[in-house]
Amino acid sequence: MNVLKIATAGSVDDGKSTLIGRLLYDTKSLTDDKLEAIEEKSKQRGFDYLDFSLATDGLVAEREQGITIDVAHIYFSTPSKSFIIADTPGHIEYTRNMVTGASTAQASIVLIDARNGVVEQTYRHFFINNLLRIKNVVIAINKMDLVNFSQEKFNNIKGEIEFLASKSEYKNQNLTFIPLSALEGDNVVSSSDKTPWYTGKTLLDHLEGLETEDINEESQARFPVQSVIRPKTEEYHDFRGYAGKIYGGNFEVGDKIRVLPSQTTSTIKSIHFFNETYVEAKRGSAVTMTLADNVNVSRGDMLVKVNEEPTITKQLDATICWMDSAPLEVSQKYYIKHGVNDAQAKITQLSSIIKTDFSGKINNPSKLELNQIGDVQLKLSKPLLVDSFNQNKSNGAFILINPKTNNTVGVGFIRQ
Amino acid sequence: MNQKIIQVDALESEAIYIFREVVAQFEKPVLLFSGGKDSITLVRLAQKAFFPAKIPFPLLHIDTGHNFPETIDFRDKLVKELGVELHVRNVQDNIDSGRVKEETGRYASRNMLQTETLLDAIEEFGFDACIGGARRDEEKARAKERIFSVRDDFGQWDEKNQRPEVFDMLNGKIDLGQNVRVFPISNWTELDVWSYIQKEHIEIPSIYFAHKRKTFFRDGLIWSADDQVVYRDEEEQVEERMVRFRTVGDMSCTAAVLSEATNILKVVEEIRDSSISERGARIDDKRSEAAMEKRKQQGYF
Repeated sequence: MNVLKIATAGSVDDGKSTLIGRLLYDTKSLTDDKLEAIEEKSKQRGFDYLDFSLATDGLVAEREQGITIDVAHIYFSTPSKSFIIADTPGHIEYTRNMVTGASTAQASIVLIDARNGVVEQTYRHFFINNLLRIKNVVIAINKMDLVNFSQEKFNNIKGEIEFLASKSEYKNQNLTFIPLSALEGDNVVSSSDKTPWYTGKTLLDHLEGLETEDINEESQARFPVQSVIRPKTEEYHDFRGYAGKIYGGNFEVGDKIRVLPSQTTSTIKSIHFFNETYVEAKRGSAVTMTLADNVNVSRGDMLVKVNEEPTITKQLDATICWMDSAPLEVSQKYYIKHGVNDAQAKITQLSSIIKTDFSGKINNPSKLELNQIGDVQLKLSKPLLVDSFNQNKSNGAFILINPKTNNTVGVGFIRQ
Repeated sequence: MNQKIIQVDALESEAIYIFREVVAQFEKPVLLFSGGKDSITLVRLAQKAFFPAKIPFPLLHIDTGHNFPETIDFRDKLVKELGVELHVRNVQDNIDSGRVKEETGRYASRNMLQTETLLDAIEEFGFDACIGGARRDEEKARAKERIFSVRDDFGQWDEKNQRPEVFDMLNGKIDLGQNVRVFPISNWTELDVWSYIQKEHIEIPSIYFAHKRKTFFRDGLIWSADDQVVYRDEEEQVEERMVRFRTVGDMSCTAAVLSEATNILKVVEEIRDSSISERGARIDDKRSEAAMEKRKQQGYF
């Protein structure tokens, strides 16, 4: 199935809920009973419009306070593609939710109120999209109906964002600017006759045309072993398969591979998926492979092609988004989970806090608080097999777990 | 040699990856099997994750005693084919021993009573991971659920204090006494499940297809009158209709829909065109807007 995951962030005021509601409504993804429930609740609350946030704010506390606290997932589809929207609150105190929602996204929608232009929140959304290397970013300039569908307004905002993009270190991003009115439906699903100066696609057309790849094309093949499959049945008496998900590139039967960290070499003998065998498997597929030689491979090891090796290191330079109320401090110890591999990690240096509004860094801080993003150095209890986040998203990220609470307290993006 | 290249199905890959993580990170996982299409889909995905080895964990069925007989027959056949262990725990036992009180009257349902039996079974067997077929598109409180969802001794879901799940890294670290609920098909929609059943030629119980059944109308929904389970007033008229079920929960809270879809192709078409959501035919969700969230806090699946 062709699924595109999209991250959105913002508050009710941007018209984000209305936009999502419009997408659901115009693609006929809202069923009658859900629509009726929204109508009834909106009326009950004294709104004279349909409050689509009622469809997505799933928790009692969210509906009471009229805010989105947690990531909500919204599903809709068109004949050609399925979409998952990870909808997150846009305020600074929810930065961790934004990072969480955006971590699995292949595209992102940054919503801007045409009347207000670029505001503080826009900077932060844009920053997080860059940090997470989201390739396709749609700048949806909303509420165009309230500025008379002014091309000048649209161009001014476009210019501001382009200037911001020029300062970003992530250069492979595709920015798409769309003037729309979520309330009236202009350029969301059907193109508007009120913006004759806009010749681009509608929002839905644009999203339908995007690639659903979530790993950088140029990345090298990585196969982290999740488990060793040994059926011990008569039919598969000597079968010893390595199960995992391919994190980049592709593998073919006959490929010369290296097992890491042991450095043993072998050849791919077969590729299995359920009861069939294949000659080639691409990134994203969850296969089981066998090797020509009887080598020692266990969970956490990685199969790679010879001459395409990742960095093997006991020290990491990383940008971290902190997600816990107890701050990160130098010399603290955590569990690190890198893909399917685990180790212990000690923070050896906290060099800076990065300001999410592109206004620079605070050097040598004493700690990194909840929702802050900073550069750190870590020492590891055993070598991990890593790529930089720029080269391979899946193999360039990790999470930190507090050994006392077992909570996931931070997410890291490997820099080296 | 076979010259085939695997076509990647992102949702399927994700689910298989999750199954393998469960087995690697937990000591005693179990798959909660209801006999419904979602748990049947889970079984196929689990087969794929570990093939050619057998599914490395047992199935657990919490039997309300009000299941559609077709579902139970189907369950027993499937378990035999797979060669996996099946544990069954009955809600009736808790009712008989007085641990839970059965609801009475018009809207009586044993759906809520399942929770206690499930929590007992988790404790009895010492399960640390319970794999279920819940999907985020079913209901808006479920849309907030994590893939690895930590529960305490009482099975409670602390919805405001959930662990962030970033990328595909799943944190299964728990304390003694805690357990994790795992949802491998979190990101699937109802249509995704049906399309997968069609593509994979997966067998499902007959009640999912249109059949003639004795039914009666109440509150705009169609209820089965075939069995003695669903409470019916004298004046509620029984009539034979062509119906099918979109979910197969406890009979007392699962309504049928009028349908002519007698095979999988027609079912998929019908779902695609449908204007009523799947859980629209589940009376347990209609009790209040927060019904699902409340049940989950108490340990419901």
